[in-house]
Amino acid sequence: MGVNIAKLTQRTDLWPWLLLTPLAVYMAIFFVVPLADVAIMSFTEPSPTLSNYERVLTGGLYLRTFLNTFVTAITVTLCCLFVGYPLAYLMASSKPRTAMLILLLVTMSFWTSFLVRTYAWMVLLGNNGPVVWLLQTIGMERPPQLLFTRFSSTLAMVHILAPYMIMNIYSVMRKIDPTLIRSAESLGARGFSLFRHVYLPLTAPGIANGSVLVFVICLGFYVTPVLLGSPREQMIAGLIGNQIDEFLAFGMGSAMAMVLLVVTLAILAIYHRRFGLDKLWG
Amino acid sequence: MSSYLQLSGISKVYGQFTALEGVDLDIGKGEFVTFLGPSGSGKTTTLMIIAGFESATSGTVEVAGKSLFGLAPHERNIGIVFQNYGLFPHKTAAQNVYFPLQMRGMKKTAGLRKAEEMLDLVGLEGFGHRYPKELSGGQQQRVALARALVFEPSLLLLDEPLGALDKNLREQMQIEIKRIQRALGVTTIFVTHDQSEAMSMSDRIVVFEKGRVQQVATPLEIYHEPETKFVAGFIGESNLIEAKVTDAEKGEASNAALGAIEYAPTGKTSTGKDVTLMIRPEHIRLSRKPVDGRKNVTMKVETIVNYGDNALVIGKVGDLPMRVRVLGADVVIIQEDEECFISWTRENVYLIAK
Repeated sequence: MGVNIAKLTQRTDLWPWLLLTPLAVYMAIFFVVPLADVAIMSFTEPSPTLSNYERVLTGGLYLRTFLNTFVTAITVTLCCLFVGYPLAYLMASSKPRTAMLILLLVTMSFWTSFLVRTYAWMVLLGNNGPVVWLLQTIGMERPPQLLFTRFSSTLAMVHILAPYMIMNIYSVMRKIDPTLIRSAESLGARGFSLFRHVYLPLTAPGIANGSVLVFVICLGFYVTPVLLGSPREQMIAGLIGNQIDEFLAFGMGSAMAMVLLVVTLAILAIYHRRFGLDKLWG
Repeated sequence: MSSYLQLSGISKVYGQFTALEGVDLDIGKGEFVTFLGPSGSGKTTTLMIIAGFESATSGTVEVAGKSLFGLAPHERNIGIVFQNYGLFPHKTAAQNVYFPLQMRGMKKTAGLRKAEEMLDLVGLEGFGHRYPKELSGGQQQRVALARALVFEPSLLLLDEPLGALDKNLREQMQIEIKRIQRALGVTTIFVTHDQSEAMSMSDRIVVFEKGRVQQVATPLEIYHEPETKFVAGFIGESNLIEAKVTDAEKGEASNAALGAIEYAPTGKTSTGKDVTLMIRPEHIRLSRKPVDGRKNVTMKVETIVNYGDNALVIGKVGDLPMRVRVLGADVVIIQEDEECFISWTRENVYLIAK
């Protein structure tokens, strides 16, 4: 028989790699190469130098922007958590049909374009918008500036990112064995103590996953803070955009992007070391 | 025995479906009682009503003379071991056992010490720092048991706790559970559908079927004197023979295939009644020739199932199927498709009143 078994097995070994090739090529051309280019530019623009990093890491504006970005990201993450946790719980404890309905409503915002959602907030919070009108109607003479503030950008980011949090927490909650809750009750736990000692720790992996996801996406958020946020309290992505669009300072923009990348990777690494444990709870 | 746990007239109805109907039970303090029955017979529902996870449609549950009515599960002080143990995966064995003490406000040092003592008692010395995932099925079982006992519950409920273990471990845990239960003297209800588990562990067995209690008795009584056909068929193997009583006084009945059958007379029936007679397969003797002083009939052997130490011989007397259990060494005397004699005495025939 002319079948070469060794050759056959070799081919099946190669098969997965072959399937991966289109994606690998795509990632190489559109992600790795540009990213390397950014890394190189951060050291070479306008001339071979470390001064870009020096300015980024010592300049007051840049550090303030980094700090502002982190504070915003933390705020958005916490808001998503406080909005998302109860909703996820509601879903997990509802009948399948109700849960599906809530899930549909939550994911519905995914179906709408990102920009449309952002513009919708501009309409809602604008000076002639319904929120201001409502505040005036209930007697507030000079309603506060809502649009183009940290409030408006945070609100819109929470709206956009909350589904990620909800989905993560919900998927963990749904898998919790009801016997655990019954056990806890039979052992004397109830209400808040049951929540604190049993339910919350069991849902912690979902909280951690959702929080990291929201936090990391938030760190690099561009459109929403630029369109809705205060020009004086920019986030880092907006600042990078400025450097490139307005000042053509490719070196500075690249250096900031690299710092953001390193910080994000560091956070992910810490998370991985800290919560690699969650596999244990699987 | 004075009654400690008392169920009176417990019924549970789900819409059209009646899960439990008029269950009455008296269980003494320190007793080990098994709820035995097929799935859907109401045994777990009864357990959940005692635990407070289900509410009865009617009837009352009392422990030590006090009604449990209206008490939530956390207020009942009842220890439960679930089939899949329900150990908290984020807590170590010791923290799991400490949990009920923590909920009762016990300080951490004292509580963890007590938890460790309890782990010692269930044979898990030095395993306190392990997480459930790092323990075998049998060890998890022991942790669950320790956790359900550490707060000195008024009752211990075990919901098919051995179902997930393999055979050897199951037998080992049966002995362990009995030992621990005796040591602590805690009143225990054990739910199972495994009759051998029920036979080997219980002081008394409650047989459930279709939401009703069929019989409450010691394992030996249940085995030798089943009150209903269901109990006779469910516990152990049995030959159930439909017969008509021909003389109730002397204890004689007749069956089309077996002819006249003598049984130990009881006052439970009267002449002319249709009854069921039970003969356990191990009480039937198999022989080449008829045996004097016994009731002999000819059986055509159809199948021999050899288990090594014993064998089950399945055959027919006329058109009546009969099962005979013989010692492994004795099975060599016959072969499939042969005819042989089977025999029994009057004492081997037990009458189940209809």
